[in-house]
Amino acid sequence: MSSELKIKMCGLDVKVSYGKKRALHGITLNILENKVTALIGPSGCGKSTFLRCLNRMNDTIEGALVTGKILLDEEDIYDSSVDVVELRARVGMVFQKPNPFPKSVYENVAYGPRIHGLAKSRVALNEIVEQSLVKAGLFSEVKDRLHDVGTSLSGGQQQRLCIARAIAVSPEVILMDEPCSALDPIATAKIEELIDDLRRNYTIAIVTHSMQQAARVSQFTAMFHLGNLVEVGTTDTIFTSPQERRTQDYITGRFG
Amino acid sequence: MNCFSKSYLKSLPRDIRLKQRYRAEKRFRAYGYTAIGIGVFFLTALLWSIFSQGYTAFWQTSITLPVKLDVAVIDPQNRRDKNPQILITANYPVLIRNALAEKLGIAIDDYIGLRELNHMISPSAGIKLRKMVLDNPQIIGSTQSLTVLAGADIDSAFKGKINLTVSEISRKISNRQIKWMYKLAAEGSLYKAFNTGLFIFASSSRPETSGLGVALIGSFYMILIVLMFSLPIGVATAIYLEEYARKNRFTDLIEININNLAAVPSIVFGLLGVSVFINFFGLPRSSSLVGGLVLTLMTLPIIIIATRSALRAVPISIRSAALGVGASKIQMVFQHVLPLAAPGILTGTVIGLTRALGETAPLLLIGMVAFIANYPRTLMDPATALPVQIYMWANESERAFIERTSGAIIVLLMFLAVINTIAVLLRRRFEQHR
Repeated sequence: MSSELKIKMCGLDVKVSYGKKRALHGITLNILENKVTALIGPSGCGKSTFLRCLNRMNDTIEGALVTGKILLDEEDIYDSSVDVVELRARVGMVFQKPNPFPKSVYENVAYGPRIHGLAKSRVALNEIVEQSLVKAGLFSEVKDRLHDVGTSLSGGQQQRLCIARAIAVSPEVILMDEPCSALDPIATAKIEELIDDLRRNYTIAIVTHSMQQAARVSQFTAMFHLGNLVEVGTTDTIFTSPQERRTQDYITGRFG
Repeated sequence: MNCFSKSYLKSLPRDIRLKQRYRAEKRFRAYGYTAIGIGVFFLTALLWSIFSQGYTAFWQTSITLPVKLDVAVIDPQNRRDKNPQILITANYPVLIRNALAEKLGIAIDDYIGLRELNHMISPSAGIKLRKMVLDNPQIIGSTQSLTVLAGADIDSAFKGKINLTVSEISRKISNRQIKWMYKLAAEGSLYKAFNTGLFIFASSSRPETSGLGVALIGSFYMILIVLMFSLPIGVATAIYLEEYARKNRFTDLIEININNLAAVPSIVFGLLGVSVFINFFGLPRSSSLVGGLVLTLMTLPIIIIATRSALRAVPISIRSAALGVGASKIQMVFQHVLPLAAPGILTGTVIGLTRALGETAPLLLIGMVAFIANYPRTLMDPATALPVQIYMWANESERAFIERTSGAIIVLLMFLAVINTIAVLLRRRFEQHR
């Protein structure tokens, strides 16, 4: 592990409530650059809620209220001067269920660059699409069917297509909300390898229910429980010598 | 496999009510078949009654005659060069009657016979001949072959719509007329031809010269207006309410009102049209514009409701996906949600349009129930609509209007079928793009 760690994103006392129900009770957590941070915890603990705060996807939920600060490169993303569209171009997201657009594979990947005007020409756009598919480890499988509809791919391919779509807008951070929960073990293994590759260029935060997955892909792990951050540290520490009893119980499968 | 499960189930000690459950299923299926059977029966009865009465309206009895354009009748004093009025006021019906009399060998002093002959020919024949002469005055003096419409009663009798076995005084055509009719038919001068007039002619008090021309144009104009106004306004309203408006008392109130509007009786919309469009804005009565606007008001709630449910049915994952790559809200709505909702919107629009096309009551109130003899050139000109024309013909007393009423219903049904077919094809296209 390199000695110089840079904080890419940082949540300071983040509280979220949906209507009257409080979902997060003040989370303070750093996401380090070019590292994979895993968010673990039992269902309903608020890890997905926290993840969705990082690119303000919670804005789309009626009645959601977020307080506290979330910094991206030391700038508060909930500040009124921040444009949410620009933020989401910098902080991409991959969802639990693969959700390609019902358009061609090519169009799925090209959509982001096109709306943000990232490609000056058709050739440049083709280049971006190809590079994104290569990075997502999908290009060799779909290069002959770029104009097939995205939803005709297998589940694992669809999820990698969604990753390619996120990569295509060159984000700095990629958020992944249980990206493998709908996939079989082989597809999961492919995505895990991919996450390890992507770490070199991107900062990644991943929510997962699988302890093994957290151990395999992440360098840092944050344990959530009932809307609180129980413990955070390097993945090695969390899985070998957790400080908190609840973490110990959860990772050994005693609850959750 | 089946065998195995049966014996396995038999060995079960408990009763899981299989028999009752299967019986309930059978019963339910029987109810379904009964319901469908009743529906099909009534639909068949309805269509059969309409088509069996109406198909004859698409054929019209015509008579082709060699007409001698006698100068002595048209212009006895030879003054037509100085006075063009002569050619307009000349007695053309007599020429046709004489041609018929000659063909049938009726003496020129048989006045009763000549009067009966007059009734065999539609009064439109004289007008047709006049137009022919005015277009080309050189033909005066020659003999021209002319095809004219038979009178309405002859037409009905020839199609078998009049019972010819009752005694002569209680039927509308005389024994002699019947004899002449069959004689002409045997010679091939009297025959049935396709009734283009049904689609071209405007209103007329005589069945053989009345048609759906004005009603078709009026209905077409109104459908255009409804489509032009209600589709964009309805879809825009639905998008605003579904995607942008905050949920609060006010939007709830709007929603309830829109839902209620869809259930308001159409005649009320007619009253609204009279007081707002005609009395307040001063738009002309009976015009396609006012009719179209009233039908637009009626169609709007249907389109809004259909569009909203179509938008709501678009999975949230698609919205998240679009927002996740940084699409703005308007890009999300127009590039992802709306295309997926298009088939549903289309269905709602077609339901609204077909309802508007078949609507009569509000049009009666704004004065579209009128005797209109000229084609409407603009949206401001008086017009009628197909269902209103059906309503008016159904009120006519003459026998020949009965088949025309059914014929008009067939035309209206065809119109609806065409719209529905287009919608199905469009919908299939939209769905292929998914």
